[in-house]
Amino acid sequence: MNRLTPQVILVLALIAAAIVAPFGVYPIFLMKGLCFGLFAAAFNLLLGYVGLLSFGHAMFFGFSAYITAHTAKEWGLTPELAILAGVAVATLLGAAAGWLAIRRSGIYFAMVTLAFSQMMYFVAVQAPFTHGEDGIQGVPRGHLFGLIDLSDTFAMYYFVLAVFVASLLFINRVVTSPFGQVLKAIRDNEPRAISLGYQVDRYKLLAFTLSAGLAGLAGSLKSLVFQLASLADVHWHASGEVVLMTLLGGVGTIFGPTAGAFLVVAIQNYFSEAGSWVTIIQGMIFVVCVLLFRSGMIGVLAPWLKRRGLTG
Amino acid sequence: MMTIFGIPTQALFGQLLLGLINGAFYAMLSLGLALIFGLLNIVNFSHGALYMMGAFVAWLLLTYLGAGYWLALIIAPLAVAVFGIICERFLLSRLYKLDHLYGLLLTFGLALVIEGLFRQLYGISGMPYAVPKELQGGWNLGFMYLPIYRGWVVVASLVLCLGSWLLIEKTKLGAYLRAATENATLVQAFGINVPMMVTLTYGFGVALAAIAGVLAAPIYSVNPLMGSNLIIVVFAVVVIGGMGSILGAVITGFLLGLVEGLTKVFYPEAASTVIFVVMAIVLLIKPAGLFGKRS
Amino acid sequence: MIMKRLMLSAAALALSAGVAQAQYSDNKVKIGILTDLSGTYSDLAGKGTIVAAQMAIEDFGGKVNGLPIELVSADHQNKADIASSIARKWYDTEGVDAIAELVTTAAAIAVREVAKEKGKIDLNSGAASTPLTNDKCSPTGFHWTYDTYAMAAGTANAVVKSGGKSWFFLTADYAFGHNLQAQTERVVKANGGEVKGSVRHPFPNADFSSFLLQAQSSGAQIIGLANAGADTINAIKQAKEFGITQGGQKLAGLLVFITDVNSLGLETAQGMVLTTGFYWDMDEGTRAFSKRFAERMNGKMPSMVQAGVYSQVTHYLKAAAAAKTDEGIKVADKMRELPIQDFFAKNGKIRADGRMVHDMYLAQVKAPAESKGPWDYYKIMRTIPGDEAFQPLAESTCPLVKK
Repeated sequence: MNRLTPQVILVLALIAAAIVAPFGVYPIFLMKGLCFGLFAAAFNLLLGYVGLLSFGHAMFFGFSAYITAHTAKEWGLTPELAILAGVAVATLLGAAAGWLAIRRSGIYFAMVTLAFSQMMYFVAVQAPFTHGEDGIQGVPRGHLFGLIDLSDTFAMYYFVLAVFVASLLFINRVVTSPFGQVLKAIRDNEPRAISLGYQVDRYKLLAFTLSAGLAGLAGSLKSLVFQLASLADVHWHASGEVVLMTLLGGVGTIFGPTAGAFLVVAIQNYFSEAGSWVTIIQGMIFVVCVLLFRSGMIGVLAPWLKRRGLTG
Repeated sequence: MMTIFGIPTQALFGQLLLGLINGAFYAMLSLGLALIFGLLNIVNFSHGALYMMGAFVAWLLLTYLGAGYWLALIIAPLAVAVFGIICERFLLSRLYKLDHLYGLLLTFGLALVIEGLFRQLYGISGMPYAVPKELQGGWNLGFMYLPIYRGWVVVASLVLCLGSWLLIEKTKLGAYLRAATENATLVQAFGINVPMMVTLTYGFGVALAAIAGVLAAPIYSVNPLMGSNLIIVVFAVVVIGGMGSILGAVITGFLLGLVEGLTKVFYPEAASTVIFVVMAIVLLIKPAGLFGKRS
Repeated sequence: MIMKRLMLSAAALALSAGVAQAQYSDNKVKIGILTDLSGTYSDLAGKGTIVAAQMAIEDFGGKVNGLPIELVSADHQNKADIASSIARKWYDTEGVDAIAELVTTAAAIAVREVAKEKGKIDLNSGAASTPLTNDKCSPTGFHWTYDTYAMAAGTANAVVKSGGKSWFFLTADYAFGHNLQAQTERVVKANGGEVKGSVRHPFPNADFSSFLLQAQSSGAQIIGLANAGADTINAIKQAKEFGITQGGQKLAGLLVFITDVNSLGLETAQGMVLTTGFYWDMDEGTRAFSKRFAERMNGKMPSMVQAGVYSQVTHYLKAAAAAKTDEGIKVADKMRELPIQDFFAKNGKIRADGRMVHDMYLAQVKAPAESKGPWDYYKIMRTIPGDEAFQPLAESTCPLVKK
């Protein structure tokens, strides 16, 4: 990472583009893309590097959003503390759900995570602090570290961008570390990993918990950006959406999920007044991806870039 | 008034009976899902959407052609089965060699498209569908007033599930099917057209969903989203029963309907979640499901 | 934003050379209708509210002080998050000056928060909950047609006084349902009635059988339906199917619209007592508007929500013309200043908390034999004067109300 490889140049160019972007593009849209990009990247940590398809990741995303919104609004916490609270709860939730879920794999794993997320959805509907259908509204963005006023859209944007970049660097670090190598070994051949003496379950649980915590971070940010935490974020449709984003961008790549997230958010933004066309288009993309582009956008793009010598 | 644990028996029996009616729908849907999973190894996420299509075909037949309930009960499953078979031949069949998860994702996408299209065309407020004349009215059972139509749903569902079970367990065709589930290559070697059987099984499972849809039309009103939340519950039923176990799916369907009904007496708010709690417990204690053989 | 303002003032200077010139952003007045176009409430609000807003703009002449009026619309699907993000987009990037209609409390509050923060106007017609004029009130937010307080004061009062003393509630499980139940309970208890229990159902809900069974075993005389739209219709139909009404218990629809009566049919709905802010067949003015409306809506008569949108959009335009600007707070002040005088509201006035006070009506649904034709559904039993119908200003928890 220290040399100026084409890859590093590409990343720097992307960051530069992200810094100037809000002057030309609606910042709220960009922030939504970044939040969902982070959500998808967190989800991908599990699907892409451990090979576990969770169909319940909305519970971490949505619940963390609730916690952040509640602590910021009712307890008056500063944004960074509210986010920390959200992430902490999501991480704990991830550890508990993961402890049960990783006993199964494949379709069963997907079902168990779905079941847990339905249970959390029930909690979100019933618990008084979430305000049911209304959600928590009018969440104050507050002053970051008590200094920077986040109600300024640009300040909020750069804060979200900074968290996003840091998180992606962190994810990259995780998957390239020895820990990440073991995860990939488990994904590719679990019995072999076991026979090599790795305590597979501990690795899976740690990956699941990390993924849950990061998904929670994305949810917390989103609740501050939109000043709202609602049932839509805990609903299983949100879990389906994050699968779509990851699949569309490219499973098991670093940038794929973010690219997929931006595309899906763009579709939502562009068709937001057209009601259910968003659902129809998303469904069609799902079908096409599964049938034709199982490696996703980045999976199609990367070899092309490689041929041009753009990436190492 | 008699009470059990402080609950009037009247309320208890009433809720249990209603639970049984819901269970009838779970049973029909999970039976189809289990059949499809057994032979195709695909978790059919579009099952709920196809159930909704069944109800809509019935409504369209009535509104545009004046064809009544009984005719719809025959035509709707056939029409939806044909649609299902087309999907299987052109889309699903390309995924059989891949991980099961791709089948789940593809059918999830299909479900979104189907539901989205119907929402776009008909909105989500729901179309009323009247109870057929022959089944109007109700019986006073003493503890509650049971509309005849709801009684009919339970009976129809029991007959269908029992019939399907007999077909699979007691006939030669069923024997082929079970054999193909165990080892498709071997059955193919005996000169049986397995791909054809796979297609027909998918069609049959889908037709069951469509019949359930028609049965549901007068109760729940015809609504594009009627299958979207139900499918999650039915997944749970199949998992609890044991993936691929036919009898398990049916029994669990009715059983969980009852559990749900019971929950409505004691803790109504939790009724929609109790099934998932049961599922989590079953998976931890008996991971293959209550009736599952394979681990 | 700053650039925009600079350009505008430069243009104003060039044009007027000292004469006070009207200030309108983007040189137009833009109104957004944000409503339920596909869901449970699409019948009572939905497309009809867009038609009503179009009519209001046409009747106003299509121009405010010579500048064009634009109308946009979108479906919020009764979801707070969708409503909030569309409202933000409209106010931020599309130059929308006022958002109207806003059925469903969750969506209404979501838009209220955004509008308040940005100092833009929101005009409520469809949402019912009283917090909109209490702790969620805003200097630029208005509540037009009715609210849960008025519904309870009208319907519950009438039902309890005619002998319905013990109640059980079927309540839609979100803020509106809770609010409507609470308001009704208050009235029931104040009149010496008792509440035997309640059950909350998911929103929206199709199968009410198990909830109705609970209501039945409670033994209450009156089953109060604290829900709306398709939920109310389903509950009433299924109560009939399960023989509950034959068993002697009575249903009280606490929020019933004329569109609901239309889908239930008079056979099922007859005799029901309800409160409404508008009925098409009251005088020349209401009939004339409703006839024009029905011509554009395949013969459907306007619900009170739809008629309310016409009234609120008209009043907004009047105020925007009189204030010579579309700046939220200035138009809002003008709206409070001007009286409302149209077919919908006679002697209507807007209070400090944003409540538009006008007369409400207690109505009873006609029996099939009494009805002379399509949409001839209501007998108006009593006019409830505005000051009696709505929550007294003294009880409001709105911080804008000076006490």
